[in-house]
Amino acid sequence: MPEPHVPKEAIGHGDGGTAALAIGEAESLERAHAAGPPPPGGAPTGRPRSLWSDAWHDLRRNPVFVLSALVIVFLVVIALWPQLIATGNPYRADLAKAQQGAAPGHPFGYDLQGRDVYTRVVYGARASITVGTCATAGAALLGSLLGGLAGFFGGWWDALLSRLADIFFGIPVLLGGLVFLSVVTSTTVWPVVGFIVLLGWPQVARIARGSVVTAKQNDYVQAARALGAGNGRMLLRHIAPNAVAPVIVVATIALGTYIALEATLSYLGAGLKPPTVSWGIDISAASTHIRNAPHMLLWPAGALSLTVLAFIMLGDAVRDALDPKLR
Amino acid sequence: MTEGGVPPAQPLLDVRDLRVEFRTRDGVAKAVNGVSYTVAAGQTLAVLGESGSGKSVTAQAVMGILDSPPGFVTGGQILFRGRDLLTLGREERRRIRGAQLAMIFQDALSALNPVLSVGTQLGEMFRVHTGASRKDARARAVALMERVGIPAARQRVGDYPHQFSGGMRQRIMIAMALALEPALIIADEPTTALDVTVQAQVMDLLAELRREYRMGLILITHDLGVVADVADTIAVMYAGRVVETAPVHQLYKAPAHPYTRGLLESVPRLGPKDRPLYAIKGLPPSLTAIPPGCTFHPRCPLARDLCRTDRPPLYEAGPERTSACHFWKETLDGAR
Amino acid sequence: MAPDDPLLDVRDLVKHFPLTRGVLVRKQVGAVKAVDGISFALRPGETLGIVGESGCGKSTVARMLVGLERPTSGRIGYRGQDITRLSGRALKAVRRNIQMVFQDPYTSLNPRMTVGDIVGEPFAIHPEAAPKGDRRRRVQELLEVVGLNPEFINRYPHQFSGGQRQRIGIARGLALRPEIIVADEPVSALDVSVQAQVVNLLARLQGEFGLSYVFIAHDLSVVRHLSDRVAVMYLGKIVETGTGEQIYDHPTHPYTQALLSAVPVPDPEARAHRERILLSGDVPSPADPPSGCRFRTRCWKARELCARVEPPLAVPDVLRDATGPARHASACHFAEERRVVPNT
Repeated sequence: MPEPHVPKEAIGHGDGGTAALAIGEAESLERAHAAGPPPPGGAPTGRPRSLWSDAWHDLRRNPVFVLSALVIVFLVVIALWPQLIATGNPYRADLAKAQQGAAPGHPFGYDLQGRDVYTRVVYGARASITVGTCATAGAALLGSLLGGLAGFFGGWWDALLSRLADIFFGIPVLLGGLVFLSVVTSTTVWPVVGFIVLLGWPQVARIARGSVVTAKQNDYVQAARALGAGNGRMLLRHIAPNAVAPVIVVATIALGTYIALEATLSYLGAGLKPPTVSWGIDISAASTHIRNAPHMLLWPAGALSLTVLAFIMLGDAVRDALDPKLR
Repeated sequence: MTEGGVPPAQPLLDVRDLRVEFRTRDGVAKAVNGVSYTVAAGQTLAVLGESGSGKSVTAQAVMGILDSPPGFVTGGQILFRGRDLLTLGREERRRIRGAQLAMIFQDALSALNPVLSVGTQLGEMFRVHTGASRKDARARAVALMERVGIPAARQRVGDYPHQFSGGMRQRIMIAMALALEPALIIADEPTTALDVTVQAQVMDLLAELRREYRMGLILITHDLGVVADVADTIAVMYAGRVVETAPVHQLYKAPAHPYTRGLLESVPRLGPKDRPLYAIKGLPPSLTAIPPGCTFHPRCPLARDLCRTDRPPLYEAGPERTSACHFWKETLDGAR
Repeated sequence: MAPDDPLLDVRDLVKHFPLTRGVLVRKQVGAVKAVDGISFALRPGETLGIVGESGCGKSTVARMLVGLERPTSGRIGYRGQDITRLSGRALKAVRRNIQMVFQDPYTSLNPRMTVGDIVGEPFAIHPEAAPKGDRRRRVQELLEVVGLNPEFINRYPHQFSGGQRQRIGIARGLALRPEIIVADEPVSALDVSVQAQVVNLLARLQGEFGLSYVFIAHDLSVVRHLSDRVAVMYLGKIVETGTGEQIYDHPTHPYTQALLSAVPVPDPEARAHRERILLSGDVPSPADPPSGCRFRTRCWKARELCARVEPPLAVPDVLRDATGPARHASACHFAEERRVVPNT
């Protein structure tokens, strides 16, 4: 029989104490096996980590996220304080310079009415960002409230809400926008925000309902119920924190599309109305002159595309980080 | 490291010093660390182990269905009829899989395709591997379903997996594994999801088919009762290693590794309760931080200084028996 | 209350889940008879084991006992009052005394809460149980009682193994000092070596806190180890009930006999001389159970009488004069003792 010959390894931390905490790993590895498909990409370790810190850990290292976040921060800053980078007046018209190209101090040239395109592009960010964030916030709040309650209570309330959401899904966005907004005379952003919220909440509500239904079935919610917890406690302490991630993901992605929707409606003349400065309005005005003065269209269109892209990329990155199916 | 006992003939499957690791962003998890076992034709080897012991990962590596990445085979050989499967090309391995090596999974519902009828799925095996005609494949599917004891097979051949009960689905899984009369079947916890009365039916069927077709069977399980019922030999795994191998009667009568002994003593019996159950203290180690020396020493009642520093090899603990314990002799004597 | 009075007295408990069809106008087209008239009693300090295969209704019984499911009919008497009729404050008060331990240690703990918050939640819901300033200390005591390091209080569930999580779940169940703990498959998700630790913990806590358990499991060996009395369920009914010795060593109902004989015994020597009763077929659907005796479709003793008359759960006539342990309640027309468990 051979004598045991095993290379001496680092001696010392062999007590159960260190192993005890790192155990989750071995188990989760095997649990994944038990479920069929082989091991997961990331096994949890002993470090205290939550979904959020995990997601943040991922996001910080994701170049797509960093880039889009930088663009968005920049956009938000100029939406709040356009004077920082544009000293001109977006309304000052000099018809003599109408449709002229770039000139010193006016890098983007002039528009149809001789206004500085650069200044108007900078000021246009405010409308897009305001509509995007307000509409998203509204749709997310309304949608998750209604959807969450429908998922939690079920029954006739759920049936009613689902039918209602179906009806709103059925409304063609552009046609609805043209009809609904053409009767509005206000020149503020709020009718547009209201319209987008009205059409946007069912999408959020569906997601929220689904994730609340899933969270509700977890044993820990049953455990709280068996302890005698009230509905408020179950919703706020147990269900909401575990159901909110998909809602955040869908809202982030929706933000970009809402901005695009605002521009589309404004382009068609149904969205924002002058004197509000909006990329959509400017694109619309410039579109008939694309042959002789393309700069009038390209700059606001480029700004719009960049903004929408930034938000959609951000949404993608957030989804990758939060989607438990990918971890 | 491999055992010195010479098996009478060339074994069907000979796994030698297999190593598998998972490279995750939190570090490398060494799931399998030098596993060796053999199965002969017509023999049932039970691989016994708890969660994280590496028993399923070893089987996946043998089948060639390891998810890679993150899983990588980093060493060892898998000799099937003398040929090392790890050196074969992708296409060659695929041809062996199904035809000569088959696997039965724990969860039949997720292992069967829900949108295809069971007849189509069974027939597919014949059509792909033997080029049978559609009609012929269907007839053979019905015959197989009859063979595994599905009542009214002819009427049910067009049914979908969810229309069958758990036990019937597991029979269909067995039929699929059996379709091409493989030389070796690996069954990964085949009855864990089933009720005891159904479990008994399915295990009986498996044993009967193994005898009839003279197949090798690797039964991966955590259930000491199931092992005692059907196995010829046992390999006990712990933290990615085989810690003991023995013929089934010898192992239950006198285990040669303290872990095996602890397991046997911690199972509640059907007899009257008289005392608290023996419980192995502590928890299995994390695969990213496997203790030095013997992997079981933090939980072992016999652990001494040697165990904390020197990793025990698989000692020969008798004819056809091995034990990875420095004190296998004491353990064996203590058990007798 | 006299010391021998039952703590829980369950009578004719029924739970039917309606099967409906239609989207707007729901029409009931039938019912899944998950639990169909069962009665049992639980005495102080005792463990009642309920065994049965999946779908027999044992988990539904557990959920009704802790108030997660409202019975269709029947009575759950707790210290003389019918808790199925309680609501609001009175129900909440009763809930303090009947707690539950869940099967899956992975889904029964909220991943967003710390261990301290999880174990302390009972105090947050029942503030009268512990003064606010005292809660942290109480939680740490509880962790110690179940064998966890009290310093783990700020950790999250995912940092623990399955066995440790189950201990956290047990600590939560103990927090309000209940009299009764309903445990639904508390160890079936655990590994063998860890399972033994938790089984021993449950046994120790029973002595320490004077608990009564309703222990629900499909693993007959674990049930035998922990239970004083055992009830065997099949398709929503109790088919046989008695002490551990009566059920395991002297079963008289064919289903119990088949169930026991199918349990794999961890002893290869028993392989040869063990008699196995292999049942044919599957459990019928609880939406459409067989007439008469529900087990008759799989029973080798079934005769015409079994389809016509449902056997009551009582000491069978043939065994009425017996004096030994075979004399216990068994819902079979043709009850007969048959030993199927090898002596180990």
